Amino acid sequence: MSETVPGDDSVGDGTSPDDGDGSGGFMGWVQKSDLRIVGVTLASMYVLFTVLVLLEQGLGFDSVNSVVGAWRTLTFLFAAYAVLALALNLHWGYTGMFNIGVAGFMAVGVYTMALLSGTSDPISAGQGYGWGLPLWFGVIMGTVVAGLTGLIAAVPALRLRADYLAIVTLGLSEIIRLLAQSRDVSTWTDETFGFATGGGRGFFLPDRPTEAIWGTDAGQSFVELFTVEIGGDEVTLVRESIIADFSWSLVMIVFLAGIYWLLRRIGYSPFGRVLKAIREDELVAQSLGKDTRWFKIKVFMLGCALMGLGGILWQGSQGTVTPDSFRPIVTFYVFIALIIGGSGSNTGSVVGAILFVGLLFEAPRRVGSIIEAWMNLSSAPNTFHDALGSLASLDVGGFVAYFIDNLGPLQFVILGLVLVVIVQRRPEGMLGHRTEVAAAIDLERGEIDE
Amino acid sequence: MALPQFFSSGTPLNAAKKGRERVIEIIVVATVVLIGIDLIAKLAGRQFSLGVGPTLGGDLALASLAGNVWTGILVGLIFGLAGIGLSMTYSILNFANFSHGDLLTTGAFTGWGVALLIAGWGVGDAGYLLFARSGSGPGPSTIGASIVASPVAIVAGVIVAAVMTVVVALLIDRLVYRPMRDRGGIPLLIASIGVALALRSLIQFMYGSRTRGITATQDVRREVLGFSINLHQVTLFVVALVLMVTMHLLLQETKLGKAMRAMADNKDLALVTGIPTERVVRATWILGAGLAGIAGFLFVLERGAMDYNLGWFLLLFIFAAVILGGIGSIYGAIAGGLVIGLVHEVSLIWVSSDFNAVAAFVIMILVLLYRPEGIFSGVTTA
Repeated sequence: MSETVPGDDSVGDGTSPDDGDGSGGFMGWVQKSDLRIVGVTLASMYVLFTVLVLLEQGLGFDSVNSVVGAWRTLTFLFAAYAVLALALNLHWGYTGMFNIGVAGFMAVGVYTMALLSGTSDPISAGQGYGWGLPLWFGVIMGTVVAGLTGLIAAVPALRLRADYLAIVTLGLSEIIRLLAQSRDVSTWTDETFGFATGGGRGFFLPDRPTEAIWGTDAGQSFVELFTVEIGGDEVTLVRESIIADFSWSLVMIVFLAGIYWLLRRIGYSPFGRVLKAIREDELVAQSLGKDTRWFKIKVFMLGCALMGLGGILWQGSQGTVTPDSFRPIVTFYVFIALIIGGSGSNTGSVVGAILFVGLLFEAPRRVGSIIEAWMNLSSAPNTFHDALGSLASLDVGGFVAYFIDNLGPLQFVILGLVLVVIVQRRPEGMLGHRTEVAAAIDLERGEIDE
Repeated sequence: MALPQFFSSGTPLNAAKKGRERVIEIIVVATVVLIGIDLIAKLAGRQFSLGVGPTLGGDLALASLAGNVWTGILVGLIFGLAGIGLSMTYSILNFANFSHGDLLTTGAFTGWGVALLIAGWGVGDAGYLLFARSGSGPGPSTIGASIVASPVAIVAGVIVAAVMTVVVALLIDRLVYRPMRDRGGIPLLIASIGVALALRSLIQFMYGSRTRGITATQDVRREVLGFSINLHQVTLFVVALVLMVTMHLLLQETKLGKAMRAMADNKDLALVTGIPTERVVRATWILGAGLAGIAGFLFVLERGAMDYNLGWFLLLFIFAAVILGGIGSIYGAIAGGLVIGLVHEVSLIWVSSDFNAVAAFVIMILVLLYRPEGIFSGVTTA
């Protein structure tokens, strides 16, 4: 590992040595600090989406609202995926535990929060309702209960082979989803505990705490700052709903920063060094007298708790939730984000989340609408064989229109192919090559001195 | 985790492990006995209490139980048939193939496209039929794809399902798995998740997202010797059974089967013995994917409807079957499939339909945790 440079994860440390890849120039400057890598990736996504929105809508005062709206969506999803990718990185990247039940642990967090803090009078019959306790209590308990679920899963499961653990965690997440889906469970909790999970009808969730700000006078005067007079007309540049959403995304960013800091501390602590040792060779770690089982259980719990928290911040903040939000596909999204960034690196997890959300998740739809807006396509054929028929009669427009109309499945095809290509060609991801050394002192330098 | 091997068998560590295994065994046996007593009491129409816990017994018609068992066997045969392929790729290529379920979907859509085209020739637009009723056109009963009205279409559908699934699987192997042969189980597993996602969405893209009715049911239910028999279910039963026996003969009697068993046992040894491993891998895909495609086709024959998620929903059950029977054993996969199928259907006597899938997954997890070698341990004959 000649590229290994200790301390290259240091934020804002401009004096740390170059890591070999970036030899001077702008890229070299960027690669010297992790904050710069994240910042530049983030900024380029915002610029990209500004361009995409403007291409779609043209220059105008209305476009300001759309651009900020796109930024809001991006920021929200960046933060959500980054939190989950960091949690998964703790399992997979640091300790080598192959957990593909992320969605299940998210569901545990969100449902615990909803049952404790959700409204106590359901809006429609059969819907879930909770105890109406304070929100902060629900969030903390949601995180804790997700962690405890992790404990229950970890105690027997962590001695399994990696591929067996994968099947067990996937099965567990499906069991959790099926239980949340079940009408009988909802009726039973209703009669026994005085709250209901709602089954397939789901739950109305508590409002985001940031919503309260915008009802106040100060909030309203801030919103009015975005309404300006241009040529005698009152123009609302950014609507209140978008500002309100954005404020929540900023709260998520704060959580993200906190979690990143926490995981960095753990990664460089003696505890973290044992984790990396387990990932490299568990037998060696055992031979050195480390009780690897305990280490793995603790890490599994912490990661699951963070997945629960990530679920609450993301799915738990959208007004309603149904069990469908926790299909296994969500786990695979997080996995793709992590693998793009490079498992084993916290910064890589964040960068991977940004690239995944920007390039793979949001961009295809934007590009589709641009093509639709510019090409003035004929109405799309309803089926693939009609589309083939229009291609046979040399009507390329109809064929393209079918693609645009069916971007949803097409996007999944691309996601699947990207996953395959990354695993084949660059399994270490964007930043995975910067292996974090487990030793406290730089062993590499000693070799060079000799 | 090779540490315990250093100790002799008499250490407290092993004694504790043995003790725990005995406790689990006792619990399992007790549960089975209790369920058996309850079932007999239910059939007898008696109800009694053991003093503690819920009352046992109740009322259950024998015909209703027989119905559950029959459906359980049918579903179990599908799980088993699909499980053979999953088990073979798991033991010979050494990875858990998460795209196996979508091979069933591939078989179902391609096979039924051709079957509908033949059955409904002249009734509807050829494109509409070939893409398995995507768009608007005549309904399933007008097309008349059933074993009674158009047996030729069904036979052709089975063959096309097998052939197309094999073609797709070989293509995927060439492009995705072959360049990664020596990369270990986990990278291959991750790649197979990508393949699953891409394949399923490609089917959705080409065939549409709608859940569609496929088979015609007129005259399919017949009275034979006083029993009401569904000919589609009988077809499934017969075809599955014939294929399983063929697989048994193929693996036990031919040189190819011997080579496959050798490779599953020890890859390096097989290679130095002169077994053409790549050719064996290709044969594995052909057999496994062919069976998966037919399983998908037959599943739709019994259900009468399909959508692009069909195989993905079956995947965990197929895994459950393979794990239960012990990974690497095709007899285990068949037996495991039957057990999981029976659990899935017969458990409906005790639990609501919200929980029967949960029951199957719980069994899978418990087997993985406490008996990862499967319930018929030790028999790994390919």
